[in-house]
Amino acid sequence: MVAALRRLLPHLLPHLLPHAALALGAGVMLLPFYWMVLTSIRPPAEIFNVSLWPIPESFAGLANYARAASQAPMARFMLNGVIVCAGILVVQVLTAVPAAYALAKLKFPGRRLLLTLVIAALCVPIQALALPLFVGLAKAQLLNTYFAQMAPFFLSVFAIFLFRQSFRSYPDEVIEAARLDGFTEMEICWGLVMRGSLPALAAFSVFSIVAHWNDLYWPMIVVSDTALAPPPLGMLLFSDAESGADYGALMAGAAIVTAPMVLCFLIARRHFIAGITMTGVK
Amino acid sequence: MTPQSLDLVGIGKSFDGADVLENIDLAIRPGEFLSLVGASGCGKSTLLRIIAGLETPDRGSVAIGGRDVTEADPSDRNIAMVFQSYALYPHMSVRQNIATPLRMRRLPLAARLPVIGRLVPGLGATRREIASAVEDAAEALQIRPLLDRKPAQLSGGQRQRVALARALVRAPAAFLMDEPLSNLDAKLRAHMREELAGLHRRLGATFVYVTHDQIEAMTMSDRVALMEAGRILQLGTPAELYERPASLSVARFIGTPAMNLLPVEIDGAGRISGLGRDLGLEAPQGKRGPATLGLRPEDLRFVANGSPARILRTEHHGADRYVTLEILDRSAPTLTLRQRADEEPIPGADGTVALGFHAGRAHLFGADGARLVLRARRQVAA
Amino acid sequence: MSVLDLALPSAGVPATRRPRAERRMMRRGLMFAAPAALLLLATYIVPLLVLGGFSLTDYKLGAVSTRFIGLDNFVQAFHDPVFRRALANTVLYAVIVIPCGVGLALGVALLVHGRRRSRPFWEIAYFLPVTATLVAMATVWQFLLHPSLGPVNAAIRALGYAPVSFLATPSLMIPTLAVIGIWQVLGFNMVLFLAGLTGIPKDLHEAARLDGAKNPIDRFLTVTWPMLGPTTMFVVVTTSITAFKVFETVAVLTKGGSGSETLLYALYLEGFEYSETGYAAALTLLFLALILILSIWQTLHLDRKVHY
Ligand SMILES: Nc1ncnc2c1ncn2[C@@H]1O[C@H](COP(=O)(O)OP(=O)(O)OP(=O)(O)O)[C@@H](O)[C@H]1O
Ligand SMILES: [Mg+2]
Repeated sequence: MVAALRRLLPHLLPHLLPHAALALGAGVMLLPFYWMVLTSIRPPAEIFNVSLWPIPESFAGLANYARAASQAPMARFMLNGVIVCAGILVVQVLTAVPAAYALAKLKFPGRRLLLTLVIAALCVPIQALALPLFVGLAKAQLLNTYFAQMAPFFLSVFAIFLFRQSFRSYPDEVIEAARLDGFTEMEICWGLVMRGSLPALAAFSVFSIVAHWNDLYWPMIVVSDTALAPPPLGMLLFSDAESGADYGALMAGAAIVTAPMVLCFLIARRHFIAGITMTGVK
Repeated sequence: MTPQSLDLVGIGKSFDGADVLENIDLAIRPGEFLSLVGASGCGKSTLLRIIAGLETPDRGSVAIGGRDVTEADPSDRNIAMVFQSYALYPHMSVRQNIATPLRMRRLPLAARLPVIGRLVPGLGATRREIASAVEDAAEALQIRPLLDRKPAQLSGGQRQRVALARALVRAPAAFLMDEPLSNLDAKLRAHMREELAGLHRRLGATFVYVTHDQIEAMTMSDRVALMEAGRILQLGTPAELYERPASLSVARFIGTPAMNLLPVEIDGAGRISGLGRDLGLEAPQGKRGPATLGLRPEDLRFVANGSPARILRTEHHGADRYVTLEILDRSAPTLTLRQRADEEPIPGADGTVALGFHAGRAHLFGADGARLVLRARRQVAA
Repeated sequence: MSVLDLALPSAGVPATRRPRAERRMMRRGLMFAAPAALLLLATYIVPLLVLGGFSLTDYKLGAVSTRFIGLDNFVQAFHDPVFRRALANTVLYAVIVIPCGVGLALGVALLVHGRRRSRPFWEIAYFLPVTATLVAMATVWQFLLHPSLGPVNAAIRALGYAPVSFLATPSLMIPTLAVIGIWQVLGFNMVLFLAGLTGIPKDLHEAARLDGAKNPIDRFLTVTWPMLGPTTMFVVVTTSITAFKVFETVAVLTKGGSGSETLLYALYLEGFEYSETGYAAALTLLFLALILILSIWQTLHLDRKVHY
């Protein structure tokens, strides 16, 4: 038995070692998630119990989540997040697709200039534009609105760039044939060319939704009304208000805020990875 | 290094339950140029990779120079391989590419590290030896002027030479080549074919050469192993494969244009009839039933009174001419006849000709595809 | 030509005769590009010009009078201890996050790349932090690192050491934030490296083995590392940009207290908490210059990150 094991070990070791190393790293990566879920189902009395044992002595998940939902308008935060992300995505796609189509397939004066500006704008992070945009919105009395949360992101230069790359490979002959068949330019743009780039649309949607669902900087600047806060800001307000030691409710809140993106990721892993890694501009 | 023999015994390999190689036995002699030919997907590359150690066989054993290496790491087999893609290291100069096998073998790990490796003392002599071996290999393949370029700056033929130089710089036990010429244009391919054959003569090393191009196999090899569906159908010299194909499959594969195949019938007395007549040929006793008669295009003749046929098409290939014919009134397949271009075709009345064949060179295959001995009663049959 | 040409369909079209079809295509092109061009003007170009203007004044949001003060804001920035501290903190943060975030990701990618069946599992495990809302996870980290209630300090106590208050000890704050930064960026970089590894032809590894590279270190040095060169450069730049934009963890965990401001957080405080708009604009321009140097390089290589 021991001899057999000794003979097998040199063969097994190269297989076991990488798994062991990966498992160790994954343990660290997943520890916060595990701790979050574990604490969110532990009763407050067990808060001093630092063990990682997965089963709490008494299950307090319902109470914790209920407390989180009552102390902070969690549902409202989620709704705000959905409204803001959806609004941004819809306008981004509606404006970027025709522009990308024009840049890829149409000739018009100023085309090179527009393309240059788009590529230059790719280098400018939102944090650099926040100040003048904030002043402008303040002057227009638009702070604390959904519009203020969405407006800076209506134009996605990244979407224009990505869609243009994707549209360029669409065959010109098909577009010309469609024109002869009497399609309007809008029908060609949306019904043919965009239809042919659905993977790019899927990847961009994931990228956009994840980026704006998780964004804290801009909401923190333009929103002070709790009723309008998206999830990250809501979470921040909640954790600032929760100065006591009600970690159960706090972790329940964190779990609620994190869950949508994590669940989407687990369901559509491939699209997610493609969408998020398309760009370093997170 | 003296050339080494390669011995494969009972090699079997399957991927995901599908058998790719079944019980391959192959003894390759020292210094031999052996080609593996066969249709795409028949397992040639897999067999080559098993010899190299890049795949492990499920069954059977591999020996190099009589030493069993079935379990040995590729780096311990002293085998050189030229890949179809050449697999040159794109970030290294030609010089560094060729030096890599020697550096790996002769320098300790510390001395191979980038930057700090240079600081390891006491290796000056080894480094000089490596440098001069690289120069020699480059000289042999006439690529000295290219030594300081990167692979991306080379043409296909030049890359091919660099890959060869990297293989021969360390005098390996055997050279393995997986379709090394398939990325070259037709003219360069013909040229490299000669160079490879010349290189083999000069080095006297063992070559195993994979190709699906039978012309490459037939022109360069000492012996050819024809593979189909993971088995070796026939192993022999190019002449043997051409003149005595062991089976219908071999006969079909070898030769361009392909051998003409006629359905024939063997009667109880061994007489063979086809095209509606007795062909004047005899099969061995007891082989009655349907069979296939194989006729090389050059063994077909225009004769005075043969089977009437009509000329469908004539192709001119320089010295040779290929004539495609259709036997009249028969459901026989179209036939191809090859003749020297200076021979006149014999036109019959209204474009029909009379067709015969060289009976002594006909091939007969039984219903199972195996070769049958054939006896001719006349020299030219019709 | 100004950007306005794009927005106003007729302005840019010369009066020369052109074929009808071409004119029609031009009109369509302008129509299609107009909404995006207008938004570009409104959300990028005008704000950048205004930002430049602000930076030369002592403008305060809501103040009655504003003066032009030239480059005083920039001069002040370099004498401002808070800004200098923020810069130093951000650089320290980046100096920890970049090598560890890139190096560890490469290591993990190399290990994950070799796994066939378990690969999806490891991908999920390491990529999960990238998708999770950082603000919420920062709260969890705060709890994990809590001096008396967190399991990390429980482990430290169990080993016989005194508990460490990671987020209250000034010298430990930035390194602690950096560890969380590495935790967040690791999976992202791993995926980029995995894509790079997939792009290395298998032939090269096999050629190296036949050339005598028996040792995995040799194969790594001969093939993998040089072939990953472009990927590595890209990952380093991307990680740098992410590192210089660190904000969420500061906002949740230290609020810039005890001298732990980072660039973006200092900027946020000046511009939006203290309403020192002019001064914040100058800081923003400095921040932008830093990011631009990195992202221009990155944008020039944008094509390689579009892989799906
Ligand atoms: N790593 C692998 N995994 C699964 N199947 C494989 C693998 N390698 C080869 N095969 C299968 O084994 C069979 C033989 O492949 P092999 O590459 O040896 O063919 P080949 O004769 O070299 O063909 P070609 O002339 O096209 O190169 C094919 O059906 C191929 O699909
Ligand atoms: Mg092959």
